[in-house]
Amino acid sequence: MRLDSGGLIDRTRPLGFAFDMVGVRGYAGDTVASALLAKGVRLVGRSFKYHRPRGIMTAGPEEPNALIEVREGSQRTPNVRATVQEAFDGLDVRSQNAWPSLGFDLMAVNDVLAPFFGAGFYYKTFMWPPAWWERVYEPLIRRAAGLGRLSGQHDEGRCEKAWAFCDLLVIGAGPAGLAAALAAAHAGADVILAEQDFRLGGRLLADRQEVAGMPAAEWVAATQAELAALPNVRLMPRTAVFGAYDDGVFGALERVGLHLADPPADLPRECVWRIVARQAILAAGALERPVAFPGNDRPGVMLASAVRAYANRWAVAAGRAVAVFTTCDSGRAAAEDLVAAGVNVVQVIDARADASAICSAPLLRGAVVTATRGRRGLRAIRLRDPGGPERWIEADCLAVAGGWTPTVHLACHRNNRPLWREDIAAFVPAPGAVPGMTAAGAVNGHATTAACLADGQAAARAALDALGRRAPDLALPPAEDGPRSARPLWAVDAPGRAWLDFANDVTTKDVRLAAAEGYASVEHMKRYTTQGMAPDQGRNSNLGALAVLAQATGQTIPGTGTTTYRPPFVPVPIAALGAGGRGKGFAPERLPASHAASLARGAPMLEAGLWYRPAWFPRPGEATWRDSCDREVAMVRGAVGVCDVSTLGKIDIQGPDAGRLLDLVYTGTFSTLPVGRVRYGLMLREDGFVMDDGTSARLAPDHFVMTTTTAAAGQVMRHLEFVTQGLRPDLDVRVISVTEQWAQMAAAGPLARRLVASVLDGPLDLGFMGCAAVGVMGVPGRVFRISFSGEEGYEIAVPAGRGAALFRDLCARAETLGGGPYGLEALNVLRIEKGFVTHAEINGRVTAFDLGLQGMCKAGDFIGKAAAARPGLTGPAREQLVGLCPADPATAIGAGAHLFAPGARIHRETDEGHVTSACYSPTLGSHIGLGFLRDGRARVGQEVRLVDHLRKVDVPCLVTSPVFHDPEGGRMRG
Amino acid sequence: MRIPCPLCGPRDRREFTYMGADDFLRRPAADAPAEAWDAYLHLRDNPAGATRDLWFHEAGCQAWIVVSRDTVTHEIAGAALAGEGRDAT
Ligand SMILES: [Zn+2]
Repeated sequence: MRLDSGGLIDRTRPLGFAFDMVGVRGYAGDTVASALLAKGVRLVGRSFKYHRPRGIMTAGPEEPNALIEVREGSQRTPNVRATVQEAFDGLDVRSQNAWPSLGFDLMAVNDVLAPFFGAGFYYKTFMWPPAWWERVYEPLIRRAAGLGRLSGQHDEGRCEKAWAFCDLLVIGAGPAGLAAALAAAHAGADVILAEQDFRLGGRLLADRQEVAGMPAAEWVAATQAELAALPNVRLMPRTAVFGAYDDGVFGALERVGLHLADPPADLPRECVWRIVARQAILAAGALERPVAFPGNDRPGVMLASAVRAYANRWAVAAGRAVAVFTTCDSGRAAAEDLVAAGVNVVQVIDARADASAICSAPLLRGAVVTATRGRRGLRAIRLRDPGGPERWIEADCLAVAGGWTPTVHLACHRNNRPLWREDIAAFVPAPGAVPGMTAAGAVNGHATTAACLADGQAAARAALDALGRRAPDLALPPAEDGPRSARPLWAVDAPGRAWLDFANDVTTKDVRLAAAEGYASVEHMKRYTTQGMAPDQGRNSNLGALAVLAQATGQTIPGTGTTTYRPPFVPVPIAALGAGGRGKGFAPERLPASHAASLARGAPMLEAGLWYRPAWFPRPGEATWRDSCDREVAMVRGAVGVCDVSTLGKIDIQGPDAGRLLDLVYTGTFSTLPVGRVRYGLMLREDGFVMDDGTSARLAPDHFVMTTTTAAAGQVMRHLEFVTQGLRPDLDVRVISVTEQWAQMAAAGPLARRLVASVLDGPLDLGFMGCAAVGVMGVPGRVFRISFSGEEGYEIAVPAGRGAALFRDLCARAETLGGGPYGLEALNVLRIEKGFVTHAEINGRVTAFDLGLQGMCKAGDFIGKAAAARPGLTGPAREQLVGLCPADPATAIGAGAHLFAPGARIHRETDEGHVTSACYSPTLGSHIGLGFLRDGRARVGQEVRLVDHLRKVDVPCLVTSPVFHDPEGGRMRG
Repeated sequence: MRIPCPLCGPRDRREFTYMGADDFLRRPAADAPAEAWDAYLHLRDNPAGATRDLWFHEAGCQAWIVVSRDTVTHEIAGAALAGEGRDAT
C-alpha cells in the first residue's frame, strides 16, 4: 500500500510493468519489490524444497525469496532479485520456481511430505540403484529444485570487461563510505566509490534521521554533489564489489543497461570491473538478521529494516496491520519510524523484559512470537508473554529485528576468519585481513550514524597515511548517536518448523539433526543441510544456523567457527566474466597477405591455430577436394606452384654472437654457416625431445633470420628469449619476432626458377640452400632457395604490405607457365611424399633419433643434448619414423591407425606404432603414410599390419623409407 | 595478482606466461653427471613459503623475470630480470 506522501520516489514519473502478465504500477525510484508491495502482492516465489509460498523479506541484494526472471527471448535473465531490479516502463517480470503457476504450485506436495524430506534427504533416499541417478533422480531433483529458466537461445546480450585504477577504493556508500570518500577526495587522492544500490546513501535512505541538521537523504544528495564535482572522484552506483584478490585487485559487477527500458544497442547489460586500488575501505555495512520461530517463513514476515526502508524510502506500507518483533533497539527505532510514516503498527513485541517502555505503539516486553497463521500470506501471529497464556493477534506483516550481522565477506576472501565480538554477538573483520584494506562503519560493529561517520573518516585518515597524503581537517556532521542495546535471540523455543535458510528450506530441526547424526562441524552441517547454499549464500541464515549448531553441540559460536567465505560475493554471470570472449573474440582471425586473393579464387579455408589458410584452389570441372589437390600436386611436380607461407614464424637474430646462440639452440652448427647460405635446423627441448624444426639463413656475419613452424612460432620465440635472457645473458645477441612484418611466398616446381627470376630486379643466381637480399619488383626483399616439396623451390620475402600484390602477380605468371596457386592439402601431400615432418610427427614425444636425424646432432653442447643421450631414448625399442604403403595402393589409410606385427594379436600390449600422416599420392598412384614403428628403420622392406578401428581399416602395409619421392634429392638441388 | 615487471612496473598476471621454478636458470655443464641433469630437469621443491619462479612478460616487454613470492600469503616480495637474478639463491 502506497503512503500518501514521502519517499525517494518521483511521483511525477509513473511507470507500469508486468508481473506474471499482471500489470503493476510504480514510480521512478521504485524497485520491482517496492512496487509489488505497494500493489499488495505478497506471494512472489516458492521455496526450493518444500515449495512453500514465499514473500519479499528484505530490501536489498541479500533477498532470499523474491527471485525473478526479467525480459524475454534471448535476453531472458533469471535469478534477478526483485529487491535490486529497478522498475521501468514495460519491464516484463516473471516469478520462478513455481510449476505450473505461482498461485497453484503442484510441487507444494513436497510440503505435505516434509516429514520425509529432512536434512540429508537426497543423500539418504536417492542412493540406489546407481544407474537411476542420471536418468531419474537428477532430472527430478532439478525440476523440483529449479531456479530460473534459461531461454535456451544464444544469449545476444552484450557484456563488457574493464579495468580501473585508483588510490582508494571505497566499498559501500552509506555514512561510513561517504565520510571516507569525502575525506580522501579532499586530500587529492584518486577515489572510486562503489555502491551496489542505484542510489548512494545506504541506511541513510532507509531510516528517518537527520545528518548535519537536515534530513539524511538531503545530506546524502549534497555530499554526492560535492563528490561528483571533484575531478579525482569516480562514483560507481549499481556496482557490487564481489571479490578481494591479491595485490589490491578487486572484482566488481556493474549493472549498466539492466535497469533501462530501452537501452542503446551498444550499451552493455553488465560490466565486470577489475579495480586496482592502492588502498581500500570496506564500508559494506551490516545486514539485519531474522529470528527463527515457528512459521517465520510466511509471506508477510519481513526484516524490520526492510519494512522501515519500504516506508521511508519508497513510501510503501508493507502491511495494513504491522507487528514488530525485536530483540534490539534498532527494531524499536523501526517501529517509531513506521508510526511516524503513517503505517499502522498494531503491536511491538520486544523479547527483552528490561527494554525501554517508551513506545508509540502497543508494547509487550519479554515476549516472543511462537507461531504464525495464513495460507498464502500472514494473517495472525501467536504471542507468548510472561503475563498470561499464549494468544493470537491479527497482523498481515511482521517486522522482525534480530540484530545486525556485519557484511564481512570481502575481508575474508583471502582465507581469513572474522573475529567474534561477544558484546554485539557478531563477527567483525579481523584488522589487516586484506593488506591495504580497512573496515569502517557498521561492518566494524558500529550501530549509530555518528559512529559510522567517525569511523569512515578515521579509516580514510589511515588510508591517506599509507598513501603518503595529508588528511584534510574536516568536521564531522552531527548525526544520531547514543547507546544501542541488542540481545541475541537466535531461535524461539516453541514447537513447529522454524526456518533458518528460507530459500533452501533449512529449519532449526535440520541443523539439530545434522549435529545429532555427526555432522557437527559447520562445514559438514552446511553440506548436509544445504544451509547457505542457495542464491543468497546464507547471508540471512549463516549466523543463525551457526548459533543453533553451537547450542546443539554445546559449544560457543566462535568455537564452532564459520564456513569459508569465497568470491564472488554477488552472483556474477558467466557472460559478464567472459565478456568479449565469444565467437571471434574468443579466437581472433589471423589472415595471411594472400587471403583476399585466395577467397577470390574460391579457396575454402582451413584453420591452423588462429590462421586461416587456403585448403585448395578449385577449378571448373573439379568435383571434390581430391580432384583439386591431385591437380595441384601434379602441377608442382610438373610445372610450378605458388603458396603463401607467411604463417611460418620468422625471427630476426642479430649481434656478434648470433651464430653462437643458434649453435646452442639447434642440434646442428650454424656459426660456421657462410653468409648467403641457409641451413635446416632441429631444435630440442632441454629434456631431449624435439621442440620444432625450421631453417635459419645467414644474411650477414651478425644477422640471421630463422623460420619456425606455424604452430610453434610463439613457443620458439619464448624459448629464444629465455636462452638469451636467462641462460646466456653474456651473449651479445638480440632476437625479435618479424612474423607480422614479412610476407613470404613459396614457388616450387621445375619452372620455379623461371617464375621467380621474372619478378626479381636482379639476376637469380642461387644454389640449393642459398639466400640473398634482392629487389622484388622495386621493393627490397629476400629470396631463399629452400624446398618443402622436394622440387626446386624458392621463398620470396617482401614487406608484409606488399605480400598481397606479390601473391597475385606470382599466381598470374605461374598460370602462363602451366602452374598456379596450391593450398594446404597439396602442400601436405608434397611434404609426405618427400618425408618431411610437421607437428603431426613432432608431437612432443619424439627424439631426433626417432626421426632418423641423429646424424644432425653435433659433438658440442646444445640444448637437449645431455637429456637426449639418456638410456631409453635411443635404440631398437624406440618407435622410429618410417614410410608405409598399403599392399593395395587403393586402400585409404589414415592418421591414428595402429601398427602390429603380422599375425600378432590385436591388442594395446602388442601395439608397435601408429600412423601420423597419410594421403593419396598422385605422384606414386598410391595411398601412403608416415608413422612411427618400433625398430622401424631395421624393418624397411618388411610387412606390418595396419589396423584402424575408427575407419574400419585392416590392411597389410609395406614398411618403406619415409622419403617416397626422389630420395636422392636431385630435383630439389636442380 | 600483480607482478612487478622491472621494466614495465606492476602489471596484471594475465600479461605473463608462467614457466616454473628459477632452477631452470642454473643449467648444468654439458659434461655434468646424469644426476645433475636429472635434478635440473625433474626435481623441484614444493615450498609452503618463499619461492622464486620464472615468468615471461609475453604481453608486455618480453622480459623473462624471476619473481620472489610466498606460496602461503601470495605476497610478492619483488622481481628481477632473469639475467640478473640467475646467480641469486
Ligand atoms: Zn615488462
